[in-house]
Amino acid sequence: MRVFWTLLRRELASFFLSFQGYVIIAAMTLLVGLSFVVLVAGVGNDPFTEPVTEMFYSTFYFWLILLLGAPVITMRLFAHEKASGTFETLMTTPVGDLQVVAAKFTAALSFYMVSWLPLMGCLLVVRHFTSQTAALDPGTVGGVYLGILLLGAVFISLGCLASAMSQTQVMSAIISFVLGVSLFSLAYLAKSAPVNDHWQTQAISTFNLFDQMHDFARGAVDSRAVVFSLSTTFFFLFLNLRVLESRRWK
Amino acid sequence: MIEVNHLTKRYGGRTAVNDISFTVARGEIVGLLGPNGAGKSTTMRMLSGFLPGTSGSVRIGGFDVAHEADAVRRRIGYMPENNPLHPEMRVREYLKFRARLKGLGWRESRRRVQVVIEQCGLGDVCSRVIGQLSKGYKQRVGLADALVHEPELIILDEPTIGLDPQQIRSVRALIKNLAGHHTVLISTHILPEVEMMCGRVLIMFGGKVLASDTPENLQRRMSGGSQVIAEIAAPEPDLRQALDQLMEVERWDVSPTDGAFFRCALTGSNGSDLRPAIYQMAWRQGWMLRELTRSRYSLEDIYVQVTQPGTEDLE
Repeated sequence: MRVFWTLLRRELASFFLSFQGYVIIAAMTLLVGLSFVVLVAGVGNDPFTEPVTEMFYSTFYFWLILLLGAPVITMRLFAHEKASGTFETLMTTPVGDLQVVAAKFTAALSFYMVSWLPLMGCLLVVRHFTSQTAALDPGTVGGVYLGILLLGAVFISLGCLASAMSQTQVMSAIISFVLGVSLFSLAYLAKSAPVNDHWQTQAISTFNLFDQMHDFARGAVDSRAVVFSLSTTFFFLFLNLRVLESRRWK
Repeated sequence: MIEVNHLTKRYGGRTAVNDISFTVARGEIVGLLGPNGAGKSTTMRMLSGFLPGTSGSVRIGGFDVAHEADAVRRRIGYMPENNPLHPEMRVREYLKFRARLKGLGWRESRRRVQVVIEQCGLGDVCSRVIGQLSKGYKQRVGLADALVHEPELIILDEPTIGLDPQQIRSVRALIKNLAGHHTVLISTHILPEVEMMCGRVLIMFGGKVLASDTPENLQRRMSGGSQVIAEIAAPEPDLRQALDQLMEVERWDVSPTDGAFFRCALTGSNGSDLRPAIYQMAWRQGWMLRELTRSRYSLEDIYVQVTQPGTEDLE
C-alpha cells in the first residue's frame, strides 16, 4: 500500500507539475467552453424544457473530450517510461505490477476529473443568468459527474492499456484513439439499431453509452450502466496487467 | 552471491546470451568486459530480474530470480544502461521516491537519502532539478539510487560511459569505495577501468563468457611470462655473452639504438621478474643502464586476442 501511495503521488505530481498537464487542462477547458457556447446558442434559437445538464452530454464536444482527452492524458503513463528507460528502474524495484497499474490508472483518472471542473463554472453561469435552478441541483450535478467518472474510467483504462502496449507516446495515443472511436461507434450502432429480440442487438445495446450518459445527466443512476462501466474498466485494467506480465513470459 | 547456471536468452531467432555459467562471491568486484553487442546488458537485465532467461537459472543471494523476484529485487541495486532518471524531479526528491519504492520507511528513507547524498558527493546539487545536472552528476544520482536501500549486490551497466576523464575518475573512486561492503558487478567496454577497479574479469563475446580470472592472472596466462626492456651501454659481444649466462633469461634479443646503447628485449622463464637480475648484471659489469621496464601484456591485448573472431570457436 505504501508503494501504491508513493507511486500515486509521483504520477499526480508529473501531471500537475508539468507543462503538458496544464496544456491538457487548458484544451479540455476550451472544449467544455465551446460545448457551452454551442449549447447556449442552440437554446437561444430553440427554447427547451429539459434540464441544462441533459443537453450538455448530447453536444458533440462532450464525446470529443472523452475521445481526445483520454488518449492524451494516458499516453504518457507507460510509453514514456518505456521510451526513457525509467520503466526498467521502476520494474527492478520490489513493486508489484498491480500497484503500478493501479497507481497510474488512479492518477490519470484523478487528473481527468480535475480537468472536468470547469463544467461546474458553466453550470454556475446557467444558474446565475437563467431561472434554471435544476442546473446546480446536487442530484443532477452528482449524476453528471458520476457519469463523467464512469465513462471516463472506461476510456482512461483503455488508454492505460494502449500505453502499456506501445513503445512511444504517439503510438499509444493513436492506439487508444482508434480503440476509443471503435467503442464509440459501437455505442452509436447500439443507439441507431432497431430494437428487437435478437441476441446480437441485445448484446450491442449494452454498449449504448449515449442512453447511459443521458440517464446520468438527468440525475438517474442506472445500476446496469454502473455495472457496465465498472466491468469494462476492470477488464481493460486486467488486460493491462497481463501486458505488463507478458514481459516475464519466456 | 550470484550463481548463474546455463543461462540462455534468445530474442526471436537471435541468441543474445548463449549458455553462460559463472559465480560471483560475496564482496567481490567483478567486471563484465566485452564489445558492444556481446550480451553484457542482456545478462545484467536477466540478473536484475527485468528480463526472463529463455533457459537456465540465476540465483542471487540464494534466491531464484524468476520465482522469488521480490526477495531478489530487495537485495540488488541496479543501474541500467544510459542511467534513466526522471529529469523533472529534484535530486533529493527523486532519491526519496526511489527509497520509498524500495520499501524503506519514511524515517529510514530520509536517513538513507542523506547518507547516499554525502557518499556520492551530491550535497551541492541535492535540491536541483535532475534534468539540469551535468552528466557526471546524473551518473552519481543513478549510483546513489542503486545504493539507497543498502543492497547486497550492486549491478552497474556501463557506469562511466559518456563521462569526461575527471568525472570518470570520481565515479571510479566511488565504486572502488564500495568494495568490501557490497558485491559489485560492472559492465564496461573500457579496459583500464576493469584493470583499475575489478578483482576479477569476465570477458564476454558473442553471448558467451570466454574467460574469467583476475586481471593479473589473465596477463600471466596470456603472455606466459612478462617481457623486460632494458637499455644498456656496453660492448655488444660482452653484453650478448652476459645475457647468455643469465639463468633466468629464456629468450633475448639485442638491437642497437643511439650511441653506445643497446636495446634488449628479454623474456624470463616461467613468468619471473627479470628486472633485479638485469640491474645486478649491469651493476657488476659497471655498464650504464638507462631504462628498465617490464612491458606487460595489457588487458587490451588479452581482450583483442580473446574476442578476435577466428581465434575462438564461436559457435
